[in-house]
Amino acid sequence: MSTSQYDAIVVGAGHNGLVCAAYLARAGRKVLVLERRDVLGGAAVSEEVFPGFTFSVASYVVSLFRPRIIRELNLAQHGYQVIPMDCAFQPLHDDHGLARWGDPDRTRLEIARYSPQDAEVYPEFSRAMTRMGQLAAQIIDQPAPTGLHWRHARTVRNIWKIWKQLDPKEQDLLVKLLTLSAADFLDLWFESDILKGPLSASGIIGTFKGVCSPGTAYVLLHHYMGEIDGAFRSWGFSVGGTGAVSMACARAARHFGATIRTGASVTDIMIANNRAAGVVLDSGEEIKARAVISNLDPHNTLTKLVGHQHLPDDVAKSLDRFKYRGSSGKVNLALNGLPDFTCRPGIGDHLRGDIAIAPNVQYLERAYDEAKYGAYSKRPFINVVIPSLTDPTVAPPGCHVMSCFIQYAPYELASGPATWDRERENFGQTVLDTLEEYMPGLRKHILHMQVLTPLDLERTFGLAQGNIFHGELSLEQLLFQRPAWGLASYRTPIKNLWMCGSGTHPGGGIMGASGELAAKAWLRANR
Amino acid sequence: MMESPFFARQKPLCESMRWTIWSGYYAVQSYLLKHDLEYFALRTAAGLIDVSPLCKYLITGPDSRSLLCRIMTRDLSRLAPGRVAYTCWCDPDGFVIGDGTVMCEGEQEFMLTSTDPSYAWLMRHTRGLDVDINDVTQACAALALQGPASREILLSVCSGPVGTLSYYHATRSEIAGVPLWISRTGYTGDLGYEIWIPTESAGAVWDALMESGADYALRPAGLKALDVCRVEAGLLLQHVDYHNALHALINDRKSTPYELGLGWMVKLDRAPFVGQSALRRFKKARWKFVGLDIDWPETEALYKRHNLPPALPSEAWRTSVPIYLDRGRQHQIGYATSGTWSPILKKNIALATIQSEFATGTCQIEMTVEHTRHTVTAQIVPPRFFNPARKTRRFE
Repeated sequence: MSTSQYDAIVVGAGHNGLVCAAYLARAGRKVLVLERRDVLGGAAVSEEVFPGFTFSVASYVVSLFRPRIIRELNLAQHGYQVIPMDCAFQPLHDDHGLARWGDPDRTRLEIARYSPQDAEVYPEFSRAMTRMGQLAAQIIDQPAPTGLHWRHARTVRNIWKIWKQLDPKEQDLLVKLLTLSAADFLDLWFESDILKGPLSASGIIGTFKGVCSPGTAYVLLHHYMGEIDGAFRSWGFSVGGTGAVSMACARAARHFGATIRTGASVTDIMIANNRAAGVVLDSGEEIKARAVISNLDPHNTLTKLVGHQHLPDDVAKSLDRFKYRGSSGKVNLALNGLPDFTCRPGIGDHLRGDIAIAPNVQYLERAYDEAKYGAYSKRPFINVVIPSLTDPTVAPPGCHVMSCFIQYAPYELASGPATWDRERENFGQTVLDTLEEYMPGLRKHILHMQVLTPLDLERTFGLAQGNIFHGELSLEQLLFQRPAWGLASYRTPIKNLWMCGSGTHPGGGIMGASGELAAKAWLRANR
Repeated sequence: MMESPFFARQKPLCESMRWTIWSGYYAVQSYLLKHDLEYFALRTAAGLIDVSPLCKYLITGPDSRSLLCRIMTRDLSRLAPGRVAYTCWCDPDGFVIGDGTVMCEGEQEFMLTSTDPSYAWLMRHTRGLDVDINDVTQACAALALQGPASREILLSVCSGPVGTLSYYHATRSEIAGVPLWISRTGYTGDLGYEIWIPTESAGAVWDALMESGADYALRPAGLKALDVCRVEAGLLLQHVDYHNALHALINDRKSTPYELGLGWMVKLDRAPFVGQSALRRFKKARWKFVGLDIDWPETEALYKRHNLPPALPSEAWRTSVPIYLDRGRQHQIGYATSGTWSPILKKNIALATIQSEFATGTCQIEMTVEHTRHTVTAQIVPPRFFNPARKTRRFE
């Protein structure tokens, strides 16, 4: 039995856990990171699932990662490399499809095919969203105020300052953004259903809501906060897959002196006198530490590892009410070639960005209709990326990796989550059927197919109910309510037990902010 | 204006129609509307750059080596066939005229590359020597295949021992049936090769590389992307970071090798060479060529004052920017000559010339934000920001 004393044990080596560990180690603390799996990264992980092919198994693109973390942890030197995408392509059943490019005029000409008016409004929309994104980015770069207590006066004042930067029109827009559905919000700007399709899809990612459900406009904004090298809302590929971001964080953590152990599954958090004193591994090994910081989601941390018996009733109740409701799945393909999109044949730059099967708003809402009643969508929203066209390290020469994010795949199937094991094959085929409508002949090129249902996401990555964000990003689960009122300061009701995962402010995506802010809060409290 | 041997290939690929003139040739600035994806290809996969406009001279004959030893600051007396040397050459006053590579193709056969035409300067020193100088700028097309995947791409199209070629070595080879020279050199500071091709067969080589390269995410890259890479690598650019001493109007615009960080290529104790006695007299360099790492939080704060997010330079810049000792901009100590945002290093960097006595620690670089002049602190660092191990790695 080991009794080595650490200042902190980080449970789970997701990117947030690793960022947190790196910050603590940088401050000279003795940190141990424990990862259940044999690979690091949590849901930001690259794995060679099929020989020669590296899949970004779960998360697949990067944009939200905070530049401050990159700088402070020197991640560029540790291998953080993100290549921006220049195009968002929406294949259609016509002979063009719609591609939106980095160049505004090129985009204008593309949109004008479907609506000359929208083509001119689009830059106004982008400007407004960029502005909102910049402001939101300021909010995600600081801890959420946990109340109107004087201790939080500075945070409240900062948020007030941000609000004051907005002119009345922008304030109006922000309120709409926080309250409307993605579809209604886009109706304020655009007339073309084709354009609104892929735009509204950003509002439902990882959320069990439809594009017409109020609150989804915020999720839209969440996807506009990203920046790469100062360019807001740009998304990119991590060279070597998203796992490479985690590996850069891990290298930084090790560089600063943190210890990382894989294959170390934490089964229990030792609690004595309402204080966390360490963890117990499945091998029976006990490791003591002055603090335990969990990168797991609130359900896995507080309900499973701690247990409700250690929590005040109201906290236990609000944790039960915290919504996970995983709604998405993933299909990763190893291909020996690339078939053409019927609407735009050839391997052009339109394939090197983000490809959305979201032909219009109705299509997306219909996909949700099925999911509401416990079925996966027969024609789902699919977000396709082909990183091998940009990053040759992920596939053998001439071959490709195709990553498909699928929504909706509700965790709660009508027949219960366990039936996902039976449905997996059919689900995968549904995805291929949908893709083949735009890309006939895709099946002929498939060397290997990996299908991840929400149940698989839960089992493999420990994501409660398969929610990719550690809990839905709906307004009532954000800021001081993430994960619950009174728990938003990364602390828990158990002393010395902290949380640093996406289930805390500011939430999901490969952002690293939760890990950073949790580490900084812990360091402030443990000077 | 001249068309490069690859012009017909480049024209349909150059979607942006962004061309510039390089030594009298049309050269692509960027194929795409923005150069950044070409840059990322160079840094994470591979890029193919047409460098045919480089001036190239074939120097042959029994005294070819003596001629080069007489002109170059580096001692090339033992440069073996299949080796390449980067060197500079000076005027009799010790000021740099140009820099370039000398590739030894045989005991009495060398190829010199230079930015500025150098035929006359070479000819001026041939008196009494049995040497032939041939300007092969037009007869020899050149492609730079640069980036981490460049070696694999070459291996897929090449015969000969290219795979094991060491840094600054060269070999004869063949691509698409065309006999050519390949050197492991380049201007990106990364793993990469330069391919020297007889102009009449140049197109076939381009086609073969582009076809095989497609499997490795190869992109044709323009000069804008190359410029970002060369600033990251801290590689000098004539006319930008220094001037040809033969063309400088005033002495202040001339530089000695020591002032350009090229002191390591000056070998003084050997047979006479042009500029040797003057270089012996230089005890202390007035200037130092340095790198600047421009403080990001300070830049961010400056923009925040104007309620703006920090604007990054979208391309590498090459204007003269004053460097000061103090924030009050009273004491100027030098000037930056080129700079860029480095997307790989996540740093705002510049190359600068600073008075030697102030060339350590930090300095203030001028920055204009919303039409207002400010200064931002910059760390003075060695001018080699990007230098991956793969650049010089030995492959067995």
